[in-house]
Amino acid sequence: MARQNRRDFIRNSVVAGGIALSAPVWIEKAFGIEAGMAVASHIPRDGWVNLGCPAHNCGGRCLLKVLVRDGVITRIETDSREKDTAADPQLRACLRGRSYRKRQYHPDRLQYPLLRTGRRGEGQFKRISWDEAYDLMASKMLEIKEQYGNEAFHVPYGTGSYSHLNGRWPAARLINLFGGSLDYYNSYSWAAISKATPTVYGTGVCGNQRQDWLNSKYILMWGWNPAEMRDGTNSEYFLKLARQNGARVVCIDPRMTLSAVALADEWIPIRPGTDTAMMSAMAYIMIREGLVDREFIQTHCIGFDKTQMPKGLENEESYTDYILGNRDGIPKTPVWAAKITGVPAATITRIAREFGTIKPAMLYQGYGMQRRAYGEQPVRGGCVLASITGNIGIPGGWASGIALQPGGGPFWSIFPTGINPVKAKIPVFLWTEAILRGPELTEKEGLIGVDKLSTGLKFIWAVASNILINQHSNTNRTAEILRNEDLVKFIVVQDQFLTSSAMFADLVLPACTHFETWGLEDGWKYGEEVFVMPQIVEPYGESQSDFAICAGLAKKLGLAEAFTEQLDERGWTKRLWDEFRQLRFPELPDFEEFLKSNQGVYTVPVEHPEISFADFRRDPEKHPLKTPSGKIEIFSEQLFRMDQPVEIPPIPKYIQEWESPFGPEADSYPLQAIGPHYMSRVHSTHDNIDWLQSAFPQRLFINSVDAEARGIEDGDEVTAFNHRGQIHLPCRVTPRIMPGVVSIPQGSWSHFGKDGLDEQKNVNTLVSERWTPLAFGNAQHTIMVEVKKR
Amino acid sequence: MAKFGFYFDASACSGCKTCQIACQDKNDLPVGIRFRRIYEICGATWRQDDQNTWVPEIAAYNISVACNHCEDAPCVKACPTQAMYKDDNGIVAVDPKKCIGCRYCEWACPYGAPQYNKKLGIMQKCDLCRDYLADGKVPVCVSSCPMRALDFGPLDELQKRYGNQTTLYPLPDGDLVGAGWVIKSHPAETKAKELSARIINPEEVKNG
Repeated sequence: MARQNRRDFIRNSVVAGGIALSAPVWIEKAFGIEAGMAVASHIPRDGWVNLGCPAHNCGGRCLLKVLVRDGVITRIETDSREKDTAADPQLRACLRGRSYRKRQYHPDRLQYPLLRTGRRGEGQFKRISWDEAYDLMASKMLEIKEQYGNEAFHVPYGTGSYSHLNGRWPAARLINLFGGSLDYYNSYSWAAISKATPTVYGTGVCGNQRQDWLNSKYILMWGWNPAEMRDGTNSEYFLKLARQNGARVVCIDPRMTLSAVALADEWIPIRPGTDTAMMSAMAYIMIREGLVDREFIQTHCIGFDKTQMPKGLENEESYTDYILGNRDGIPKTPVWAAKITGVPAATITRIAREFGTIKPAMLYQGYGMQRRAYGEQPVRGGCVLASITGNIGIPGGWASGIALQPGGGPFWSIFPTGINPVKAKIPVFLWTEAILRGPELTEKEGLIGVDKLSTGLKFIWAVASNILINQHSNTNRTAEILRNEDLVKFIVVQDQFLTSSAMFADLVLPACTHFETWGLEDGWKYGEEVFVMPQIVEPYGESQSDFAICAGLAKKLGLAEAFTEQLDERGWTKRLWDEFRQLRFPELPDFEEFLKSNQGVYTVPVEHPEISFADFRRDPEKHPLKTPSGKIEIFSEQLFRMDQPVEIPPIPKYIQEWESPFGPEADSYPLQAIGPHYMSRVHSTHDNIDWLQSAFPQRLFINSVDAEARGIEDGDEVTAFNHRGQIHLPCRVTPRIMPGVVSIPQGSWSHFGKDGLDEQKNVNTLVSERWTPLAFGNAQHTIMVEVKKR
Repeated sequence: MAKFGFYFDASACSGCKTCQIACQDKNDLPVGIRFRRIYEICGATWRQDDQNTWVPEIAAYNISVACNHCEDAPCVKACPTQAMYKDDNGIVAVDPKKCIGCRYCEWACPYGAPQYNKKLGIMQKCDLCRDYLADGKVPVCVSSCPMRALDFGPLDELQKRYGNQTTLYPLPDGDLVGAGWVIKSHPAETKAKELSARIINPEEVKNG
């Protein structure tokens, strides 16, 4: 008898007579979509289509199986490839991807171009035609270019639509053809970590491929929360496999996250912004008890102690000097760190011993701790702990830092945006400064490419970006800046919904979803795969793809041919697919054949995971790092030469944040607030999806100790406030957060009342616009607040 | 005839609720009707010492429950109109033509499985995706789980593979009703009772 596989077994075990085999009940019309509309010939009218997920900047890239009936999406499933191995795991979508139907057919989808009628920010618009929209936008662009030049233009950071073809990329391409715009560098996600990691290693490519996690024996999940932000599809699953292989996992985090519950053997709550204090105390124990890898330090690092300081700087403070308090008189003992971190000295000592003795070990740091006042320090601190324990360049080890993947990694964008004739760049977070005082900005504010800007920003074209209000710091301040029509002269927002940012637009352009146009994408941070995203349904209303919108505008500007190169979205998708074959995946199948196969994703199994710095580990002389010394720079001479020792020390130090439970601000606002990613959203995307809202409602999470002290009970409406603003939302009283800390998940949409103030549930209303000293990055999780019952 | 069941690994469940949403999508369910629900269980005490440090004694884990298609199903017994029935595969289902929406089954069920649909005035519930079973596919929640914490199959097979545990604190004893599932505990369960762990997300699992 032929061996039955499991699937056959289930099928054959079912008593057919006992089951109604009728088709499920379809409700195509529930969303008000008329079946039988004319559809393009390539759009499947019926059947399952496999394609990439998401269209946003979540931390994953998954496979969706979408059921189309009569031109309407009626169901969404995920990767069901027969095999699900560590080398080539199924790419299972999370709840956000599974709820896409609600977003696709949301009644609030934008259907046609809108022109502002009231004052800016009031949210009053009227419908106009695409032709009127293009005419207006083109004439404003020409007018502003004439008056202020191209430095006045800006296409801000935005990740609301993130396939390689759609989102801000085509707008960047068009504006480059138009003469360029003030560009940015860095991101809202990774500013400090992407700047600080290379100060230690000379590169951000310092991770190992994830299959190697299965070789680790000890994993410090430091502020890292893959179950919620994913950090690469399957990262949480790889941790499960690592534990099955015997790894002990310890989670250090102010919150007992979903990851802490499912992936860790122990949760250690820590005060936000104090990670470097705990890291320093761990180093203290390891140095005192001889748990550091002396030999590796000697051969591969500089700056650890006075015997290995850079030439000419022999008398400067080494890492060991700092840790033992040789200069400042403060030994960084566990008792010292306990008062700062809130972690008992005995716990710090125990974790130091575990990390110093269990080999190989990983210290994987999350990104939340670097979106803070001195976010560069824990990044360098984590890298140093990984280095002095010798966990570099070995299977099962981990160099910490941003840990981009060796041997490739994703491209993030492969669409050719062209060359920007404007050479000036600002740090991504400082666009409000470029509006307020563009010509005054200098290198002190991170301006590069030019000494001075000729103008402030006058024209903003935000594509798939809710940065303008929602995701930037201090929403009330940002709103005030944008309301002033003497500053920015014209604002265009291109999106699928009337977002908080779109409310501040002069012109709103309706963009279609990834189901309504073509695109492709590759793995997020780690993945070894490329997905195709074919158009499967017609655009909603008059919405158009981001590419098509730009092509329409290009026509008005006389740039059509240069912009499109006579390709449509499908043509570009094929071209980019072929690029992937050239640059990354030589075996990538022919585009047309791949489409026909309906696989949706092409994956390269990882049988032998790559390890960063393996060559350097083996022979540091022959394979030096790209740092100035060629070694791991525990002491950075580059940072030393910046001559800002208090805020940019050459060795990683704990620095008290500018808003802190230990500062005078704590008298009025004694609670630390953090704004983590939330399960119901990808940043601000999906905030309007009812299934997700009901699964993870927007709330303020507060410990029972703090709630009791304020007479607050679970479910109460509360107000969180500081001198920048106040927000109102229900609370969850939970033991799963450290006392003294409240969590207000980021991304909830702002809405401004008659008084012009945002009093919804957006944590950014409470956040300072001050940037980090080295990376000029967003310090959006450094917030002090008070909470009261409403 | 096979008796089917779920396997649930509480030690691996993060509480991400992908299973819940996948089910809502597959069954076109409105907000407030969840054939699969995720109960967040938590109990803790916090201790502060003279160094201003905080130490929790905490037990936290999740329980993802759909319907366990009990051998001795209390919902079937409680139904006054015989709308709630067991089919030949042991799947407990609602006959919408017979259901009068009295909600007795809801009260009888130890797992909150039958869900009242206000708009239709009847009960609805998990039917193990029996249209999928006929097709050789597993229920949609099982194939959705990013942590691979759910499994499905003939109950005797699951028991061979995973054991016979049918109870997890603070759920009632599954053996009393012949609950058709197998559970793996989360390590924190051992101290859940002494820490007075309870469901801390009541509104997220409430029907209605």
